Amino acid sequence: MQPVIELDSLSVQFGSVRALSQLSGSFSGRAIGLLGPNGAGKTTLIHTLLGFYKPSTGTARVLGNDIRHQDRAARSLIGYMPERDSFIAGMTAVRFICLMAELSGLPKEHALERAHEALYYVGLGEARYRKLESYSLGMKQLAKLAQALVHGPRLLFLDEPTNGLDPPARERMIKLIREIRDTGEVHVILSSHLLRDVEECCEEVLILKDGQIAQYCNLEAERRANRKFLEVEIRGDEASFLNGVRRLGCDCGPGSKRRLKIILPPERQIADLYRLAVEHNVQIRHLDYKKDSLQDIFLKAMHGMPPATLQGADHGSL
Amino acid sequence: MAVYERRYKRYEGEITPQRGRFWVIPRYAIKDVFSSKLFVTFFALSFIPSLLVGAGIYLLNNADFLAIFPELQVDQILAIDGSLFNNLMSFQIWPAFIIALIVGPGLVSKDLANNSLPLYLSRPFSRAEYVLGKTTILAFLLSCTTWVTGLALFALQSNLAGLDWMMENLRIASGVFIGSWLWILTVSLLALALSAWVKWRPVAAFMMLMVVLTGSFFGFIINALFKIQWGSMISIFAGIKAVFRGLLGLPFDGGLSAPLGCLTLLGFGALSLLLLHLKLRAYEVVS
Repeated sequence: MQPVIELDSLSVQFGSVRALSQLSGSFSGRAIGLLGPNGAGKTTLIHTLLGFYKPSTGTARVLGNDIRHQDRAARSLIGYMPERDSFIAGMTAVRFICLMAELSGLPKEHALERAHEALYYVGLGEARYRKLESYSLGMKQLAKLAQALVHGPRLLFLDEPTNGLDPPARERMIKLIREIRDTGEVHVILSSHLLRDVEECCEEVLILKDGQIAQYCNLEAERRANRKFLEVEIRGDEASFLNGVRRLGCDCGPGSKRRLKIILPPERQIADLYRLAVEHNVQIRHLDYKKDSLQDIFLKAMHGMPPATLQGADHGSL
Repeated sequence: MAVYERRYKRYEGEITPQRGRFWVIPRYAIKDVFSSKLFVTFFALSFIPSLLVGAGIYLLNNADFLAIFPELQVDQILAIDGSLFNNLMSFQIWPAFIIALIVGPGLVSKDLANNSLPLYLSRPFSRAEYVLGKTTILAFLLSCTTWVTGLALFALQSNLAGLDWMMENLRIASGVFIGSWLWILTVSLLALALSAWVKWRPVAAFMMLMVVLTGSFFGFIINALFKIQWGSMISIFAGIKAVFRGLLGLPFDGGLSAPLGCLTLLGFGALSLLLLHLKLRAYEVVS
């Protein structure tokens, strides 16, 4: 399978600020989530792949096209939905989308046809003769998606596509993205700081931190590989309870919200924990089976945990 | 992606050639420009001087008309030579400038104000093609009022006066053509550069007017203070007038010389290109 994106020691520097630092890797997922805190380099990476910024060192390839030397060819395969409001004032939606299609190289007649189709597809069919400035925020987001799709790209960059959307509009956007992904005709790269969006749409996740790759993993493989653990909240002598848990042969550590994460070995039962609690005069206030969520994976990456799961990822290599 | 299917489908059809893709921009923009009745009225009015000169040329070449006024000294009334075309072009650069003032400031500022540049530049479409496309809009409109009408009058006179006149005055045709294009490119690039730096359209138009007026004013002051002529090099109007005089073969009038006039226009054009280069980016980078 041809990699969607290949990064080859890619660095981008603005003055003294290094926005991306020596990124390397090959990514070939159908839908890749780009995660990271603000300033991690998600948008810079997308902009560099689009040719907006020149790499200071290294290079990257988009569907086999080098962004240094074949940037035009690369862009002809890409559809881009920017994060901020982007439209041409005074134009109706259909005229705007048609213009964008023609700029991508579609002949006039085909561009007009596809513009109508793209607007119907995203759900703006009835509003396609309205001027863009009269659209609500949700409609503008959909119009941005339509212009990204109109020329039938092979790779779709979606930068914060659910920004500013109310829950029903967000649901609709996520549904659309999943539909587009499931057609199998286009790769999707979704940049977001909303883990839920990425979790719902993407199969793979690339986590950036301070301009570097913190982790790249296949979400499904990660979920499969994750052992179930118990999330336990106790009141009482936590230290002695933890010692007792370790003596039972369990792995344990701190979880979120002052809860403990405990992995029981196969020979142990939950009843053993209750017995231990009685022995140490500890109250168990909460006990639940859990699996690592994307949030846990993200937090691990953010706190500099060694990317042990990287080598185990089914797709891509770093 | 047929409407009834409501399903994403890749486009597999033909693709237009890359070379001519910048034409998409003027094609869309010209429609918008001519949707304004005010602009259409002004655009039509800008042809009146050329029509009057055309009528004059026709009448002065018309034997029946001249027979009515046998005592008429044709050469004294309207000599059809470089001087006539110089006066016409010196006048026509004003409506051309006003058209650029009306249309130009909104061309780039509108895109910058609504962040649409990333949409253009994320496609197989370069910054150079974007500038070329936008310049073409102004070039088309300004051409109509400058060299197209100038050459039409030259063709009319050549037709009426004969081939000999045409061959003797070919310099007029080339002068009108080259001088007009220098003016068109300078004014268009200046309008685009100011439109790129000032997002608010009326302010951009005001800035453009100020650049021209203050240039002429300070040029005059510098010339008067230092008893020189090249102070006018900060005035594009002084520059184009000098260029037309030189190209149409008129004697030097003591102002700017034609090469200095040409240098003035090229300087403004280069500065405008530099401003466009600095400003026209998908996203600004703050280092």
